[in-house]
Amino acid sequence: MEVIKIENATRIYKTGKVETQALRGISLSIENGEFTALVGPSGSGKTTLLQLIGCLDLPTSGQVFINGKDVSKLNRNQRADVRRGTIGFIFQFFALIPTLTAYENIEMPLLLIGQSASERRKRVMELLESVDLTDRGHHRPDQMSGGEQQRVAIARALATHPVLILADEPTANLDTENGKQVMGIMQRLNQETGTTFVFATHDPRLFGYARRTVELRDGRVAQNNR
Amino acid sequence: MIQLFKMAFRDLGRNRRRSFFSALALAIGLALLLLMAAFIRGEMDGAMDSTIRLQSGHLQVRAQSYEEGKTSLKWEDLVENPDEVVGQIASLSQVKVATLRLFASGIVSVRDESTGVRIFGIDPLSEANDPYRIGLMSGEFLTPDDREGILIGQPLAEKLELKTGDRISLSVNTSNGDVDDQLFTIRGIYSTQTNGFDSVTVFLPLAKAQAITRAENHASTIFVLLKDKEQTDAVAADLQSLNYKVLTWTKMNELIIQTEDLANSYMVLLYLIVLGITATVIINTLIMAVFERTREIGILSAIGMRGPHIMAMFLAESTLLAVGGIIMGLILGNLVVAYFTKYGFYIGKMGLTMLIGNTIYAKLALRDAVNLTIIAFVITLLAGFYPAVLAARMEPVEALRGGQ
Repeated sequence: MEVIKIENATRIYKTGKVETQALRGISLSIENGEFTALVGPSGSGKTTLLQLIGCLDLPTSGQVFINGKDVSKLNRNQRADVRRGTIGFIFQFFALIPTLTAYENIEMPLLLIGQSASERRKRVMELLESVDLTDRGHHRPDQMSGGEQQRVAIARALATHPVLILADEPTANLDTENGKQVMGIMQRLNQETGTTFVFATHDPRLFGYARRTVELRDGRVAQNNR
Repeated sequence: MIQLFKMAFRDLGRNRRRSFFSALALAIGLALLLLMAAFIRGEMDGAMDSTIRLQSGHLQVRAQSYEEGKTSLKWEDLVENPDEVVGQIASLSQVKVATLRLFASGIVSVRDESTGVRIFGIDPLSEANDPYRIGLMSGEFLTPDDREGILIGQPLAEKLELKTGDRISLSVNTSNGDVDDQLFTIRGIYSTQTNGFDSVTVFLPLAKAQAITRAENHASTIFVLLKDKEQTDAVAADLQSLNYKVLTWTKMNELIIQTEDLANSYMVLLYLIVLGITATVIINTLIMAVFERTREIGILSAIGMRGPHIMAMFLAESTLLAVGGIIMGLILGNLVVAYFTKYGFYIGKMGLTMLIGNTIYAKLALRDAVNLTIIAFVITLLAGFYPAVLAARMEPVEALRGGQ
């Protein structure tokens, strides 16, 4: 079953009178449970494509379907509703809320979907264990290493059992060892839970982790290898 | 909800000094307004209290045709056989004291200086005149049969450089329209600490005042003090049968009541100005917080937080700032008010026509404190709206990019 279906999507940014075409008619579909890498040089449109898939942005033209639902024309709050519980995000910067502990950061999406306190506790402990951070739950982001913070971000992305996890350059700010560890965890969770992962990278060392590679160039799909 | 406030509390704690000073701005604003409200209340209550004690009483009974402004001494404008009427009034259970007073206007002359005065003919033995007796600064109080004695106020004595024992000439209008003058000896100098009263009022024993004005067996008014001010209307209704004009303290002191209403209107304006200024401090703090946390807003939005929820998060921050500022403001305000309630604020001799004491004692009414607290809270919450809406309307992509 297709988790993501994109039909001829374009995205044009306007800065004053200057128009920049970030995506020039992309069509792509990704099946449930795939572990896909979006690759390509800087400016090729990887991040823009991830933002469209993640309902963070809207295409200028064309359509984006998530789980069969057209999300191309939803308003800000409707898109937030789609993201909540359906899509998890892992960003290049360790996107944690600095005032919350690791435990509370992971708990946040569960609060948003209205889970009870006992369910939340159980799920957060489970996730902390799965990213090997059981003893770091009460630490705040500034008390953790970059690798640990990114693992917390992975746990948070998985918290609500989303069908899709999007990661934008998830290892860009990590050293090789931590990068490997993060990719290993993502790969393992994909295999264990069947969650669909799409990650953007321009680091050739990460290409090997993907079962499918979609190469973008100048806002178009240049290669699509399974 | 608890989570929301927990986050808001921690967010405020990120820049403790900034949050503290924002709350302090609100606290100082609120404390200042509490003090202002307490001063106005103290001043107005003090003025009303002084006026009732020194001038109007709770009730006055006068002839139907008596006009206060003219200080008329015509017999038809006065209460005839007033002792009988006083007896009837005094027999009412709610009445504390009833006494006769005769008012006249006159001129005090000494050496080559003269000044206009109001003459109060009073019964020196009546407890209604205790405020004057207690305020005696030098000399002795009048006695009922004193034919040459006069009591003058301290400001008048200072103005005319008079002391106890000095003799002055007093010219008085009489009931038949003539002017009579006589030499009087100053028996005593009094002060009620109310310059507007003391500088123009002189006292004579009632019998002497009646004699010099040719108003024997007549009085301008019957001055009544009640045991309980709240009984005024009930007693006034009882006295209607006397066929005299019965005036209540609210009717006689309309100017003070109107002034109080006016002062209250100005206070509302002042509330809005002061709290408006503190609101801009709060807005500024929260806008800075929104811009500093743009990326976090993007993250929260990415994980599915809706606009209204993001808005609620910032409103929770302004609520906490409001609560913190109001608690500090109430403590600070009450301390300052307590000081001025005890020691007062000396305003000196303002020369006002209203009977305002030389010292204003702050008096904070619970109603004023509650109203101000509510207004301060609501204004701070309203101040939080703009930054909250700003945060809620951010596009997640731009918010995520903005923080990088």
